[in-house]
Amino acid sequence: MHIHLVDQYQAGSSIIHRRDPRIKVGLTLLFILTASLLPFGAFGAYAVLFATVMAVAVVSGVGVSYVLKRSFIALPFALAAITLPFTIPGETLLTVPVFGGIIITIEGTIRFASILIKSWISVQMAILMVAVTPFPDMLWGLRALYIPQPLISIISFMYRYLFVLSDEVLRLLRARASRSAAVPGKRSGGTILWRGKVAGRMAGSLMLRSFERSERIYNAMASRGYQGKFRSFARPSLNSTDYLFLMLGIMFFGSILVVSFT
Amino acid sequence: MIHRLSILLRPEALHIPDGFLSAPVSIVGWILAVIIIGYALRQTREHLGERQIPVLGVLAAFIFAAQAINFPVAGGTSGHMLGGALAAIVLGPWSAVLVMTAVIGLQALLFQDGGLLVMGWNIVNMGVLTILTGSLVYRFLNGRLGRSRTSLIIGGAVGAWLSVEIAALATAVELAASGTTPLNIGLTAMLGVHALIGIGEAIISVGALLLIHSTRPDLLEMGETAPGQSSARWIGAGLALAVIVAVFSFAASGSPDGLERVAEDQAFIDTALDPVYNIFPDYTLPFIGNETISGILAVVLGTMIVFGLLYLFGRVLRRRTAG
Amino acid sequence: MHHTIEVKALKFAYPDGRQALCGVNLMVEPGRKMALVGPNGAGKSTLLLHLNGIFKGQEGSVEVAGLSMDNGNLGQIRAAVGLVFQNPDDQLFSPTVFDDVAFGPLHMGLDEHEVHHRVESALKAVQMESYINRVSHHLSIGEKKRIAIATVLSMSPEILVLDEPTAGLDPRARRNLINLLRDLDMTMLVSSHDMALVAELFPLVAIMDGGQIVAEGETAVLLADKGLLERHGLEMP
Repeated sequence: MHIHLVDQYQAGSSIIHRRDPRIKVGLTLLFILTASLLPFGAFGAYAVLFATVMAVAVVSGVGVSYVLKRSFIALPFALAAITLPFTIPGETLLTVPVFGGIIITIEGTIRFASILIKSWISVQMAILMVAVTPFPDMLWGLRALYIPQPLISIISFMYRYLFVLSDEVLRLLRARASRSAAVPGKRSGGTILWRGKVAGRMAGSLMLRSFERSERIYNAMASRGYQGKFRSFARPSLNSTDYLFLMLGIMFFGSILVVSFT
Repeated sequence: MIHRLSILLRPEALHIPDGFLSAPVSIVGWILAVIIIGYALRQTREHLGERQIPVLGVLAAFIFAAQAINFPVAGGTSGHMLGGALAAIVLGPWSAVLVMTAVIGLQALLFQDGGLLVMGWNIVNMGVLTILTGSLVYRFLNGRLGRSRTSLIIGGAVGAWLSVEIAALATAVELAASGTTPLNIGLTAMLGVHALIGIGEAIISVGALLLIHSTRPDLLEMGETAPGQSSARWIGAGLALAVIVAVFSFAASGSPDGLERVAEDQAFIDTALDPVYNIFPDYTLPFIGNETISGILAVVLGTMIVFGLLYLFGRVLRRRTAG
Repeated sequence: MHHTIEVKALKFAYPDGRQALCGVNLMVEPGRKMALVGPNGAGKSTLLLHLNGIFKGQEGSVEVAGLSMDNGNLGQIRAAVGLVFQNPDDQLFSPTVFDDVAFGPLHMGLDEHEVHHRVESALKAVQMESYINRVSHHLSIGEKKRIAIATVLSMSPEILVLDEPTAGLDPRARRNLINLLRDLDMTMLVSSHDMALVAELFPLVAIMDGGQIVAEGETAVLLADKGLLERHGLEMP
């Protein structure tokens, strides 16, 4: 019974797919940084960035609907910014006739909309990055961006066992559900504290099994000559298309920023 | 599917997405995260040696999976565990930092649960602050109250609950510093909501600790003897102080406009901040033009000075007591 | 008198689109012991998870102990169907054996005295009374499998449903488990690859393949049909 932690990679051989992972990760980060640096209210610039995302979605073959569907994931966090229309000082946009009249300002609304849009387009580019980069390549790309190797190896290991352990949790939850019975006439479920305790015990027993599993894994690795470092094949270096993308990307983001600030 | 489900059901609002923190604030977060991760890597490499990667990797997968373990609370909501405090108590602070960093990194990279630019702060909030709080509080209470099953429960529960509150506090500060959420509203909302969520964290963490304690108490011993207990103390104190300084400095600084207006309205500024003001006049460094950036840099410098002083103090103290 | 299990035209597809059950019909009468066999991927485990409402089919119906599968009935259904999973580690999540076996009755809201009584009878039924205060984590797999059965027996189910009970057991533990199942006077539905177990303990068998029950009847008859077995990836030892 497999847990469907869907592998987010969408295979393909578009010009986007074929770029070096360093370029894909690096340009995504630059994109998000650009979005972040743009001033509030720069809706023209936001539209240009959004168009960029859509273009990449189309050219890569990943598709606009794939990206859009997943992009609403961070929606709940919008609540963090929800007070802005009410608290940022400025010209009145409209007055809500409750509690003696609450003022919604133009500046506040612009800032609120700007934050939501910036967040939305950033998450879309992140979705695309993952869709065109197989995970091992992404880790290699991060390594090339100076993330320390031990941390990369830990994440790589984690990825390998993510599905195994998530499957185990799913089975734990199903086993618990199977014994969560009721009889007519009695209140079932126990107290909150009891239920929480059981959940804690499930976590604790899984933690123990994970430790023991990691020891078995280490033994298997040591038997194959592992001494603390992984060796891997060297990767090809950047080709001319990669450099082209990099240069164009930097120029593109740079000009957007310059134009928005003038 | 379980991950999609767990995102929707998980009540904690600590995975900040991109766009909600400003670029300067995000960069400060990355600087802090990088320094702390580097330190953690060094500490754990010495301690775990070759076992470092398989053990921490599998346990990171555990924490990720365990975040989906829930229990019904009321009316469709359920309690969950973030896992920082539990990881800290069982693994020791620096191993736990790496484990949580891996979890947060992977969640952001693969599932867009948390942003990429803001990941520095997500790591600090959920992967450092929770760990330092959980570890220090647990060790303090467990030690003081007699190292019994009861003291384990109290230490674990308070440590876990506080770890969530502190992370929420820091998140509110970062949001305020970015001009996204006014400080008073942010603090009230974050601390309030997470006071409840922290109860779920506490119950699950203690349940797990008790099971480990009754089945393999040697693993808890391992966490106690993990390296970096004393450095954790100093860094924890430094960070706590820095967060407090940051709260007051951003309440007083000129740049996040909404913040100042609200602060003025609430007569917040009139609290006794004068002596602090004079260290960095107007919370800016005089030679840097842009207010926001210089304000942030002032706080960073202040933080680093506090850190540095405490760390040096700690080393001197240790040398004194050792020699 | 209702059938203990009544599955009619059940169809189920996973969220990713994979059709796991393609119209399953299965009846289990009270007091009968039936085995469910078939190749991997036939849908056996998926079917079992429909019997206590963990999965809900998109078409067709499932009735258990006379109750239809709605959300309101799930609590009672889970008391009526004792589902034991293949991996005992997934079911033993409490520190001691007592705690694990008591989970079901405690969840049901029974009072303390009754809970103790249920735990003791359940452990007696699996012949593990002396294990009551042992730490589950340290037991052998054979012992864990028996405790796992006790964890559902304590809810006094109408039917015991087991997924691969003898998987991973050494010959001695396997023999112990077979004896245990023989002595348990209960309605049973057991999914297994262990054809010798099926031949020894289960008078009725249902063969499942490709998401459907392709044959059902007396074990002695069906298992003698080599062609039938071979067509569905089975063989006798």
